[in-house]
Amino acid sequence: MTSKQKHLLSMQELSVERITEILTTAESFKEVSGREIKKVPALRGKTVVNLFYEASTRTRTSFELAGKRLSADVVNISPGSSSVIKGESLLDTARNIEAMKTDILVVRHPMSGAPAMLAQRLSCSVINAGDGSHEHPTQALLDLYTIKEKKGHIDGLTVVIAGDILHSRVARSNLYGLVALGANVRLTGPGTMLPPLMGKWLTAAPGQVELITNFDKAINGADVIMMLRLQTERQSGSFFPSIKEYARLYGLNSERVARAHPDVLIMHPGPINRGVEIAPDVADGLSSVILEQVTNGVAIRMAVLYLLSGGGNA
Amino acid sequence: MSERNWLITGGRLIDPKQGIDAATDLLIVDGKVAKIGKSKEWDQSKTPAAVQKLDATGLIIAPGFIDLHTHLREPGFEYKETIETGAKAAAAGGFTTICCMPNTNPINDNRSVTELIVKESQRLGSVHVLPVGAITKGSKGEELAEMGELQDAGCVAFSDDGRPVMNGQTMRRAMDYARGLDGLIIDHCEDLDLSKGGSMREGVVSLQLGLHGIPAAAEEAMVARDLALVELTGCRFHAAHVSSAGSVRMIRDAKKRGLPVTAETCPHYLALTDEAVIGYRTEAKMNPPLGSRKDQDALIEGLSDGTIDAIATDHAPHASDEKEQEFACSPFGIIGLETAFGICYELVRQSRLPLTRLIELLTVKPASILRSDRGTLAPGAAADLVLLALDRAWTVEPRAFQSKSRNTPFAGWTLHGQVMTTMVGGKIVYSSHTSPLTLPSPRQGEREKGGTQGGEGKVQKP
Repeated sequence: MTSKQKHLLSMQELSVERITEILTTAESFKEVSGREIKKVPALRGKTVVNLFYEASTRTRTSFELAGKRLSADVVNISPGSSSVIKGESLLDTARNIEAMKTDILVVRHPMSGAPAMLAQRLSCSVINAGDGSHEHPTQALLDLYTIKEKKGHIDGLTVVIAGDILHSRVARSNLYGLVALGANVRLTGPGTMLPPLMGKWLTAAPGQVELITNFDKAINGADVIMMLRLQTERQSGSFFPSIKEYARLYGLNSERVARAHPDVLIMHPGPINRGVEIAPDVADGLSSVILEQVTNGVAIRMAVLYLLSGGGNA
Repeated sequence: MSERNWLITGGRLIDPKQGIDAATDLLIVDGKVAKIGKSKEWDQSKTPAAVQKLDATGLIIAPGFIDLHTHLREPGFEYKETIETGAKAAAAGGFTTICCMPNTNPINDNRSVTELIVKESQRLGSVHVLPVGAITKGSKGEELAEMGELQDAGCVAFSDDGRPVMNGQTMRRAMDYARGLDGLIIDHCEDLDLSKGGSMREGVVSLQLGLHGIPAAAEEAMVARDLALVELTGCRFHAAHVSSAGSVRMIRDAKKRGLPVTAETCPHYLALTDEAVIGYRTEAKMNPPLGSRKDQDALIEGLSDGTIDAIATDHAPHASDEKEQEFACSPFGIIGLETAFGICYELVRQSRLPLTRLIELLTVKPASILRSDRGTLAPGAAADLVLLALDRAWTVEPRAFQSKSRNTPFAGWTLHGQVMTTMVGGKIVYSSHTSPLTLPSPRQGEREKGGTQGGEGKVQKP
């Protein structure tokens, strides 16, 4: 097994083949979650540790259920604060967990690069469950899965990613995955959160990645709109003047949705700020696939855990 | 017989101050250069009998290097570096004079800290250690430190390095006051508001890694402010570790207008770009952060055309467990004394900088910023010198460093231009023959006997 397949640290380093393999594997695991007995013995005897340095309900539960439905032993650790405050370094904590013979370490951390640092130094597999503003690969994979499931394909679709692009790990991971699979991506958000160099390092087709600060223009004819959660504390950093103005300029409401393709999918990685980046009627509307994303998240994480433990294409 | 009498023969002397680049012998008597030229032509009767001979055939003889920017960590952080280990590292890098920054604990903002550093370096009798005093008390940027006292105790300049004076009025007063003492202000130019939360240079790489970026403008805005204040006050001013093209441009312009401004850059800005951070390599994290290729080109141009006066190391030791953290938590700074010449010599090998200019940037130029008569081997000068084997390739092996710390981005690099001997006042303070770099390595032997790779912990201390 190559080192890249031992860990899942970013979408940037995944090949199209690997992405496809994960999506295909997830299809069969989705079926497991629909059964009366939601369990298969694929990871029996394996130990998965969720090490979460950031509050998370969705992702942590999703990884936990994924591990349990594969019959792995799953342990959740939430040090509650970052290593600096706690006194024990991240590396020391992780080495201790590894010393208890852990097979897969799932790490969420507020600082970019924390899972990569561990992967360089530990012998167990490391899965990045979201690191700072860097990446959140399983979120992108479940988003790709959801789009593919609903639309039948990804290439050629126009996907809008809207909000705080600068700080968003979801935006980065999706950008890599969508470009790799041939979608056209429009990044949109306030000037403070949409750096002009964003994505400029990608080898994409001309026009495949566009940066558009005007949200209305960005939405025109879109097949998919992915809204990002607004971290309201960014207001104190002068990234935007007020939540009210943000909602007016970058909130997704039904009038704006009308500009998109009639079959548009509305997505959000959660948790949503109702009435801020997304109007309640849009979040709960017919175009919204927000809860299906959550459902698919378990299947994607089962696929990732399975493949990283050495399982072949199911 | 004086231990400080030497006849160095067969070498090529490069002394930019004297405009010499030629095969030249040196006679050193009582630690001072007595004669330079061809020893065979000298009247032997006037040469002291008790002279040690040193064969420098094939080697460059240069004035000892002068580092305007070193962090020695003593007092307060002796686990990172002490004056003793820092001095040893300096000697191993060919430096005979180093200026140590005041961000120790306590801060060097008063006579007692300055005296401690001076006394310790005198006790060691190795390289010259010249303290830089703080501009403000506790480097807090509020009240001026007792600059007159500091100067009297031995401080050669003033700087709040690492904690730049943000308040423009305070800096203005500091410059006016320092001018009254004929002092030199060195500023670490950084607008702390613009750099807040950042851990690497803002750009395509910081966006990819999701790390908060520090824009080049954080340095440039402060360079601009400081230059305006120099124009206002007339104070002698030195810009520390310049890293951006915009700063080079402004300093060039200020010099053209005749302002009393000098500047330094560091080897790492010449050898690396922000791409060195990819993989969250904390050994490539320093402040100011590594810039772009354009910045690198502008810095090299600045070195060539005289805009930048000196190359300084910004040697900043940190313990391994401090560096081995999440990138944003890891402290800024890398060590550089022992790799400085080798890294910069690559520019000579690439024909981007003449050798004499490089030597000038490491010797007479920093000396003149300090108004020191060091940095030359003219007759009468102290015999502070370095012998360099330019063709000799060596591999950067952090475990063999004299420094207490290992935080270098250059581990494993093959460099040319090895420091063979460093002499301070005619006393040998470093010789590669007694350093682990060229000793038959015990690790090598173990590997040959089928031992495991690495052999950590078995390095024999010299």
